[in-house]
Amino acid sequence: MKKLIELENLTKEFNGQVVLKGIHLDIHENEFMTLLGPSGCGKTTTLRIIGGFEEASAGEVLFDGIDISKLPPHKREINTVFQKYALFPHMNVHDNIAFGLKIKKMDKSIIDQKVLKILTLVGLENYGNRHISQLSGGQQQRVAIARALVNEPKVLLLDEPLGALDLKLRKAMQVELKNIQKEVGITFIYVTHDQEEALTMSDTIVVMNDGAIQQIGTPTDIYNEPENRFVAKFIGESNIVEGLFVKDFLVEFDGQQFVCVDKGFDEGQEVDIVLRPEDLDIVEVGQGKIEGVISSILFKGVHYEIMVETSERTYTVHTTDINEIGKKVNLDFWPEDIHVMEKMGTY
Amino acid sequence: MKQFRKLVTPYCLWLFLLTVVPMLLIVFYAFTEKGTAITTFSFTLENFTKFLDPIFVSVLFRSLKLGLLTTGVCFLVGYPIAYMIAKCKDTTQTILILLITIPTWINLLMRTYSWISILSNNGLLNKLFEAIGMNSVNMLYTDFAVIIGMVYNFLPFMILPIHASLTNMDKSLLEASQDLGASPIQTFFKITFRLSLSGVLTGITLVFLPSISAFVIPKMLGGGQYSLIGNFIEQQFITIGNWHFGSAVSLILAVFVIGLMALIFMAEKRTNNSVEEEEGGWLSNAKRKKVR
Ligand SMILES: Nc1ncnc2c1ncn2[C@@H]1O[C@H](COP(=O)(O)OP(=O)(O)OP(=O)(O)O)[C@@H](O)[C@H]1O
Ligand SMILES: [Mg+2]
Repeated sequence: MKKLIELENLTKEFNGQVVLKGIHLDIHENEFMTLLGPSGCGKTTTLRIIGGFEEASAGEVLFDGIDISKLPPHKREINTVFQKYALFPHMNVHDNIAFGLKIKKMDKSIIDQKVLKILTLVGLENYGNRHISQLSGGQQQRVAIARALVNEPKVLLLDEPLGALDLKLRKAMQVELKNIQKEVGITFIYVTHDQEEALTMSDTIVVMNDGAIQQIGTPTDIYNEPENRFVAKFIGESNIVEGLFVKDFLVEFDGQQFVCVDKGFDEGQEVDIVLRPEDLDIVEVGQGKIEGVISSILFKGVHYEIMVETSERTYTVHTTDINEIGKKVNLDFWPEDIHVMEKMGTY
Repeated sequence: MKQFRKLVTPYCLWLFLLTVVPMLLIVFYAFTEKGTAITTFSFTLENFTKFLDPIFVSVLFRSLKLGLLTTGVCFLVGYPIAYMIAKCKDTTQTILILLITIPTWINLLMRTYSWISILSNNGLLNKLFEAIGMNSVNMLYTDFAVIIGMVYNFLPFMILPIHASLTNMDKSLLEASQDLGASPIQTFFKITFRLSLSGVLTGITLVFLPSISAFVIPKMLGGGQYSLIGNFIEQQFITIGNWHFGSAVSLILAVFVIGLMALIFMAEKRTNNSVEEEEGGWLSNAKRKKVR
């Protein structure tokens, strides 16, 4: 796929406080890319620089290979769905959506046609004459998306667009947004701090922390092969264990050696090892790899969250099997369940 | 709380005595004429029909013209000032708004006298003109002087509500507009100005209504020949002593003002309706600001 936007060494300071520490990022055509990270890590700032609402302190934003750092927002082929929608309160739904087209001086008949088409796409075909204040949060949200989409931008920026919605509506809108993106075939740059949302919707996830990129990869990559402790912790719960990389395909932790599928680290290097709770199995004593005692059981709806205390630490296990507190058990896992990561400072 | 309720009674009494009674007196005087004895009054409409004389009507229209002109100039000067203040940093804004408010704390007469000393034939401005080798210009007792005085006096009441409506505006709307391809100028007319209309209407109300009935400033800066409805009423009461005719003219003016206010109120309601329920005009905006 062709590169559409390139961020090169993007740096941003606010009154001496560095909030972006040299971001390098390639965004491709038709890609659904998600910026994921905790509050205050610089996601919105990155988006605002791409949109032209904030100027970078250093670095470049390339669009189709051309530096657009100095281009004002209204000249960029980029549209934004703002976090709080920013719908114009003095216009009805139709006029809000038609705003960009009217600026481009299109024919009224073409405008009406396009607005109707996009309203149908977001499921609001009968709402054209409604006043903005007469819409529910989810409807306003969809109007905001329609208003941006109708201009057929090459890139759509979305800043936590589903943040204000309740869980059920959010799930429905996630599916809807993903469908729209596939159907219309444009690049989405999506900001969220909800890792589940990122995992379900994205082609590529960019995990950020403290103004720096931690990892770029597909949802599966990010989930299964977190590159460091921060990513592993941020993407779902994890058992993170300090260990030693003995040699290719062999690691040591909790005083034992285990076969794994990782290679390429230095022999004897200290590493972090991730064991996902859902990858661990609870088996009878003598049939598994690590001995322990069940110390607590929590019902989580679909599965049980079980704490197994071993001589070294407490492991979290997710399982649908029924167990009882105080029982002596073994923990079992496959070589491919062991994820070895570069050791970085503790987060 | 209940035992305090009685304390309100004297207040209501004073309110009645000081505002309602004088109003009733004006209505009473307007519809009566003096009889032979001091205590005999008879009902008449003559005070009103007398006002229909073209000479008097033209006084009313001259007042309206001055009011319109003052309001127009106040708007043209005040809007850009309010806009520029709203663009400043928060602390700068507070200082500038204070600077605009302070003159209104000073007595109107003193402020107007200072304009006399600036505009008069050997005043500050003419001294300046002479110093740079220009002929002195006769400015005092002209329309120009009156307008200057009026605008100077009423400008804060135009700037403050417009400024309030501008600062209350959601800034992300401006970004959204530019995001959708509107240049800064297009954004100003399509979004900023449109959403500040309620402030503009409040400003117009606060400037236009009092400026129709102004009489001190026109008298001091326009000289004696400047007869306006305010001067006219003052004359009837103080110089001529015809309280009946004076009251009738006051009443006519009051009805005029109430009518205009109703018009403005309706216009404001229309803009507000389409600007979402939450933007309740200038007063509620100002209140909300204070709470913050
Ligand atoms: N206009 C500004 N002036 C000063 N500091 C700012 C400004 N905008 C953002 N910051 C700071 O920059 C950092 C990154 O902010 P940003 O809004 O990009 O975070 P975010 O990742 O979007 O967080 P959230 O998930 O809470 O929206 C924060 O520490 C914030 O305080
Ligand atoms: Mg943000």
